[in-house]
Amino acid sequence: MKYLSEYRDPAVARALIQRIKTSATRPWTLMEVCGGQTHTIVRQGLDELLGDAVEMIHGPGCPVCVTPLEQIDKALALAARPDVIFTSFGDMLRVPGSECDLQQIRSRGGTVRVVYSPLDALELATRNPDKQVVFFAVGFETTAPANAMAVWRAKELGVGNFSVLVSHVTVPPAMTAILDAPDNRVQGFLAAGHVCTVMGWKEYEPIAARYKVPIIVTGFEPVDILEGMLLCVLQLEQGRHEVENQYVRSVRREGTRPARELVERVFTLVDRKWRGIGEIPRSGLALRAEFADFDAELRFGLGDMHVSEPAECMAGDVLRGKIKPHQCPAFGTLCTPERPLGAPMVSSEGACAAYYNYGRLRTGAGAARA
Amino acid sequence: MPLSDTLRVQLGHGSGGKLSAQLLRDRFLPRFDNPILARLTDAAVVSVAGGEVAISTDTFVVSPLEFPGGNIGALAVHGTLNDLAMMGARPRHLAAGFVLEEGLGFDLLDRIIATMADAVREAGVALVTGDTKVVERGKAGDGLFITTTGIGDLEPGFRPSPDRAAVGDLVLVSGPIARHGMAIMAAREGLGFETTIESDTACLVPLVERLRERVGESVHVLRDPTRGGLASALNEIAQVAGVGVVLDERALPVPGPVFAACEILGLDPLYVANEGVLVALVDAKAAEAALGALQGHPLGAEAALVGKVVRDHPRMVVMRTGLGGSRVVDLLPGDQLPRIC
Repeated sequence: MKYLSEYRDPAVARALIQRIKTSATRPWTLMEVCGGQTHTIVRQGLDELLGDAVEMIHGPGCPVCVTPLEQIDKALALAARPDVIFTSFGDMLRVPGSECDLQQIRSRGGTVRVVYSPLDALELATRNPDKQVVFFAVGFETTAPANAMAVWRAKELGVGNFSVLVSHVTVPPAMTAILDAPDNRVQGFLAAGHVCTVMGWKEYEPIAARYKVPIIVTGFEPVDILEGMLLCVLQLEQGRHEVENQYVRSVRREGTRPARELVERVFTLVDRKWRGIGEIPRSGLALRAEFADFDAELRFGLGDMHVSEPAECMAGDVLRGKIKPHQCPAFGTLCTPERPLGAPMVSSEGACAAYYNYGRLRTGAGAARA
Repeated sequence: MPLSDTLRVQLGHGSGGKLSAQLLRDRFLPRFDNPILARLTDAAVVSVAGGEVAISTDTFVVSPLEFPGGNIGALAVHGTLNDLAMMGARPRHLAAGFVLEEGLGFDLLDRIIATMADAVREAGVALVTGDTKVVERGKAGDGLFITTTGIGDLEPGFRPSPDRAAVGDLVLVSGPIARHGMAIMAAREGLGFETTIESDTACLVPLVERLRERVGESVHVLRDPTRGGLASALNEIAQVAGVGVVLDERALPVPGPVFAACEILGLDPLYVANEGVLVALVDAKAAEAALGALQGHPLGAEAALVGKVVRDHPRMVVMRTGLGGSRVVDLLPGDQLPRIC
């Protein structure tokens, strides 16, 4: 509990805001990678409190938001099967597929269960031998170790009715894709603290050196984010471009070795499509051949699906940081949390949801109700 | 493409958020069109021979049936008594309907009945009529659904009502929030938190009595923030009364273990259900006395001033965060969903 109160201390936060404002000799544009960080910024009003000193461009670090539409539709197809118990983290339940979402599949009779851990899904499989249990393995590197563990255990125990629908993506290729874009404005990054808790920060060093951008491994509480911003601004002011660790209580340079090793045993790097962004080479994880038995796409023969996004949804531009959510014409009108056009309006880590749920007052969009 | 234009009921329709409101508004209200129902208050005030009474009904489907701090029977009695009390009524009579599932153990049923009997007696109310039905195994959720309906007398000059919220009123809560919802979640999902979180289910009638005695008409609105939590209750009041509400994050009483559980799961305590807490919107001049009245009773010992009613941002609830920023506190579309990472 100490961490929560210390890292939300208003006096500390205000002091950091002051220091950021006085250190910045000009406005800087930073990107926080992780959706959880976006939510803290908007929910606590940090962007409001910082004024013009720093512009935060919100990054694509929302695993729900970047899960390709095809994967959602595959999930829906599996969940609709009478022989399947489809398990998922709660966050995926309202993400819109081409026609509906998991909650609606559930109301139509599909068995969809929210679990808090993939190991719960494995447990469900052992208790329901007459059903197929599929777990929707979504996430960045943060959730990969637990998913690897579940598949590993399933193989070890011979749980034949368990499989995973994999939609893992990794952060560093997304950052380089953003930096490679010709209209990129990002000058420094707050890297995702929980991803780095698993992976460490070694792989960010070549990015910082090549693109000459400071990268600060940052946590999720308001004081974490403000500290991260300050460290980033100081580097920019001093013309440095290194990887620095703000989230010292959780992250080491080599990450969590046993977790990384397990991920490497079970998964391999593949090219992956990111919803709204497109394909990024070697940016996703897929099960290795020896675990292919547990790949739901193979087990259920799910081929390629051709899908199209609603034309009005600008999730891609939001995820790449090209626009802020309230700059999308559909924001708050055609697209609201009850009737989302895309995942960023649904997910608890989506930038659009953050702006809609917390920030409507200052963006003015949909401010007063009729 | 709008996805909530579905043909079926979804779980989110039961969450107390926007989908629930839509369900009422689009499917039920148009058919039962009458001015009393249209007010959508916790209890309805109706005329009978000799005067007016308040009547309220509620259905209980909680799973698991027993949980730390109580059981479905406690909720069924307290819930309806509290809804009557929120209209300023003194509960007098209770009716209860039971849907029992084939196979429900009598030992469990006896415990629930005993709890209800205790709750009814403690409140000075009588269960005067009821009904039981039995359905086949598999048709009643966890084994038991209960509906309770209550009737209460109204006191002249004490008619709290959401539309009476006025600019300048202060917002009080009678105790720590988010306990019930987190207790249920922990019990249902088998989450073994270090500290057992207990439901706060309680009869709020004594607290309301104290408010009435001490400050009477200065209590403009009373509400028990059940499903959808404090945020949903305040949003509904703000919308009905056409006012804005500002909350002070630092003043919200959230017990440590509840807060920690919310943090782990990525849930916002503002939206978590309470069953033994009331929120009162009180004329500013009477707020201190009202707070004192609450704090003088064990149930209200941790009562706190948490916000105020303002002219700005009408129909919207806004919260000043601990850091001095601000954020909107809106109704959720459906249930809160725990986060991924």
